[in-house]
Amino acid sequence: MTTASARIILICSGKGGVGKTTLTANLGIALARLGKTVAVLDADFGLRNLDLLLGLENRIIYTAQEVLAETCRLDQALVKHKQQPNLALLPAGNPRMLEWLTPEDMQTIAGLLAERSDYVLIDAPAGIEQGFKNAAAASKEAIVITTPEVSAVRDADRVIGLLATMDVRPVQLVLNRVRPKMMANQEMLAVDDVTDILALPLLGLVQEDERVIVSTNRGEPLTLEANPSPAGQAYLNIARRLCGDEIPLIDPSKKRHGLRARLINKLRKTTGLF
Amino acid sequence: MTVLDFINHLLRRQKPSGTMARQRLQLVLAHDRSDLNPELLDQMRREILEVVQRYVEIDIESCDVSLETEDRVTALLANLPIKRTREFPLPSGSSAFGGGPSARIAVASAETNVIGGPSPSPATAPAETGESPAASQP
Ligand SMILES: Nc1ncnc2c1ncn2[C@@H]1O[C@H](COP(=O)(O)OP(=O)(O)O)[C@@H](O)[C@H]1O
Ligand SMILES: [Mg+2]
Repeated sequence: MTTASARIILICSGKGGVGKTTLTANLGIALARLGKTVAVLDADFGLRNLDLLLGLENRIIYTAQEVLAETCRLDQALVKHKQQPNLALLPAGNPRMLEWLTPEDMQTIAGLLAERSDYVLIDAPAGIEQGFKNAAAASKEAIVITTPEVSAVRDADRVIGLLATMDVRPVQLVLNRVRPKMMANQEMLAVDDVTDILALPLLGLVQEDERVIVSTNRGEPLTLEANPSPAGQAYLNIARRLCGDEIPLIDPSKKRHGLRARLINKLRKTTGLF
Repeated sequence: MTVLDFINHLLRRQKPSGTMARQRLQLVLAHDRSDLNPELLDQMRREILEVVQRYVEIDIESCDVSLETEDRVTALLANLPIKRTREFPLPSGSSAFGGGPSARIAVASAETNVIGGPSPSPATAPAETGESPAASQP
């Protein structure tokens, strides 16, 4: 229950549908499991669904809107997670909030949450418009999430440029929906390609994993499990790296196990040419 | 050329799509980051060629002025093959077309969105600005 030292982290991407909300939910639970007090704030007022991914949609009574209007207290609006009571969600208000919400409003909300948490995670909306800027204004640091695809990386670049002008730092990178085989076969942007192009330190790699969909269906983040699937383990590792632990990253672009790569290795051995 | 590129070359296969993705991204981001619209870039390209041509004869056909980006630093790179140096610079405002050495000029570098300004020049090539001293020689 620290106060001034709370880390307020923006989770953003530019492009929509690359995994911001999934990361926010899983990272929130993972940090809570590590004994941290965590508040997650849904700043995607237009298309909110952090509540759904956390399985908390039926327990919402008040939202950030009532907190700002001072028609309820913060602790009345916060929804605690049953299995991980260290984590609480402040739900997004009505989409019409977008019309009047200011960066100062977001700073007020984040400030209130920071008073009672070790970590405040803000799930940003897609895009680089006012909704994103409001969320960024309330944040101290950021995690940019992208997939190894040209459009997602391009949009991430725009966001990184904006974060720099807004003095949000450090900014770290999570690469989501990685397909190890495709990477090994060079049919996907390599990990180094993305980190070099965006010039950001890599906080984590999350594989493409069907279990993500199953967990979304159930409203139970993967990081709740005792023996998590590959993506779940990746989210846990991200949480531990955020806390300062050093956990090695395995780069699938450098592992050659695809058919073509195996063929090349064979050629190399038999011919001794290269 | 990587080993895989080499094999693909032998097999006359297309480049792996991951490599194409990287190259396309690098190009598009150089433009995104510089925030220059294509029209302005083209105008700048023409003016640079005009200034350079007052001092040297260049091979217009193989001139290349383009944006490149690395480590979030964007640079304007001009590759202008020089045919011959002029004995006397032409007066400003005139342009001429006129064979030999090639000059590589890194014209400017900029961080993220701002072009120009006192920014460090890239280590790749000696920096020379497009503005040259006025023709003061006889
Ligand atoms: N690592 C992953 N593997 C498989 N599917 C994923 C993965 N990450 C995200 N998804 C899926 O991608 C979709 C978009 O994810 P979401 O977190 O809602 O993105 P955003 O919040 O950025 O719009 C969801 O259907 C989610 O289940
Ligand atoms: Mg979302």
